[in-house]
Amino acid sequence: MKRLGPRLEEKAARTGLWALTLITVAVLVFIIVFILSRGLPVLSLEFLTKNPVDMGKAGGIFSTIVGMVALSVLAILIAAPLGVGTAIYLTEYTWGGPLTRIIRFGAECLAGIPSIIFGLFGFILFVTKLKFGWSILSGGLTLAFMLLPTIIRTSEEAIKSVPPAYRLVSFSLGSTKWQTVTRVVLPSALPGIVTGIVLSLGRSIGETAATIFTAGSALRMPTSLFSSTRTMSVHFYILAREGISMPKAYGTAAILIIAILGINILTYYLMNRFIKKYS
Amino acid sequence: MTNDVAIEVRAFSQYFGEVRKIRGLDLDVHRNEILGIIGPARSGKSTFLCALNRLNDLVRGSRREGTIRIDGRDIYGPDVDVVALRRKLGMVFATPVPLPRSIYENVAFGARMAGVHSRDRLEGIVRDSLEKGGLWDEVKDRLDTSGLKLSGGQQQRLCLARILAVAPEFILLDEPTSGLDPISTMKIEDSLRRLKKDYTVILVTNNTKQAARVADRTAFFLSGELVEAGPTAKIFTAPDDQRTDDYLRGRFG
Repeated sequence: MKRLGPRLEEKAARTGLWALTLITVAVLVFIIVFILSRGLPVLSLEFLTKNPVDMGKAGGIFSTIVGMVALSVLAILIAAPLGVGTAIYLTEYTWGGPLTRIIRFGAECLAGIPSIIFGLFGFILFVTKLKFGWSILSGGLTLAFMLLPTIIRTSEEAIKSVPPAYRLVSFSLGSTKWQTVTRVVLPSALPGIVTGIVLSLGRSIGETAATIFTAGSALRMPTSLFSSTRTMSVHFYILAREGISMPKAYGTAAILIIAILGINILTYYLMNRFIKKYS
Repeated sequence: MTNDVAIEVRAFSQYFGEVRKIRGLDLDVHRNEILGIIGPARSGKSTFLCALNRLNDLVRGSRREGTIRIDGRDIYGPDVDVVALRRKLGMVFATPVPLPRSIYENVAFGARMAGVHSRDRLEGIVRDSLEKGGLWDEVKDRLDTSGLKLSGGQQQRLCLARILAVAPEFILLDEPTSGLDPISTMKIEDSLRRLKKDYTVILVTNNTKQAARVADRTAFFLSGELVEAGPTAKIFTAPDDQRTDDYLRGRFG
């Protein structure tokens, strides 16, 4: 093939990359429009605040929203301290020897395990062995383990990106290691850490396979950590899979998408304010 | 100037893994003097500063031989409180590193870490330190703006003020003006001359003229060894060692 002239090559590259970007954005827009155009007409205050009736054929999705929030919040409450703590230990308290590498490798392998395997693991350990039953507790714990690798990974990256000079300055001014970590390293790494946690929150909201095995699919309003519950994504799956009601399924999907978009937008907003304040 | 020895270094060597950065160093630092340390890159000047405040401990595979006594106490002894030691020796780095927070919080940082929480005391410390660092007049109306928004020279004086807030006895400066313009350099040097009556200053510099301008005594390091140390005037006019003369005349390094 004859080589293009540099100017033409530049132009071709620009057009090509532009087209690739366009395809990416188009897919995203298509999905959102597809879901919202079918889901939005179903939405109403009643849909959000009433419990499902008749297996979900009628009524709203309130109890599934509660189930989803309870499960995700529990998962984050467990996974965030564990994950951030591990990340701090790996980056700040070890020299990066073989043990660190093994732990890191393990965490990465954990990230590659399909969620349905986590579901099975959670079912065997929490639901049957520990006798938590199909419950918010079993589901939350399972989700937490699934989110851990992501939170460890993103927190580690965020902590590593804090300039080493900050640590030197802090130590040279007579700070202890713990003071350096909490007053200098973590505030600088916080935007990255929070972004990682929010990404995992989004993932936990969308998770179906792991929760259906561990939290069950009860439509009743949950009353305690030991209640079985149905998350929105499980509800959507059952409505669509069993052909109970496609309109209600799309309505649920629309709420899911709006929730995830909302969380992302809110996070960006808060992060920008935070970054402006501290730099 | 008294000849009271504040820091006494004897047969000190510093290793990182297999690499020896300083070998067999014998050097005294007198109280309330400015000791200039000159020498080409990789001669162990910065490593020496970081041996004094034990920042070298943070480097993997760091180990050492010999002793360093500060005020008569072995700083590598078993019962030494490293945090307290580092408060005693404030350090300014080659690149100004303001922490990503306000000017006020930058200066108050060390004092806060040392457990000072009273607002009045902190305000007093911040003002006092900024005045000593020669920055107060320029920033007094904008203490709550970010330290990162200052110019390079101002940032370096902020770093100087920041260590003064911890009330150290020693000020270690690692090429503090290497990235600054002549006027900012002059301001830092003026501050150092004023500070030496209350502090003992060790100034590592790549700029031999700077040592000639501000140092009372000068030490010449080469390849991790001390070639010679003595009154600045003598080092610059009649050094004992030929290598010192060669370096100062720009024949190598």
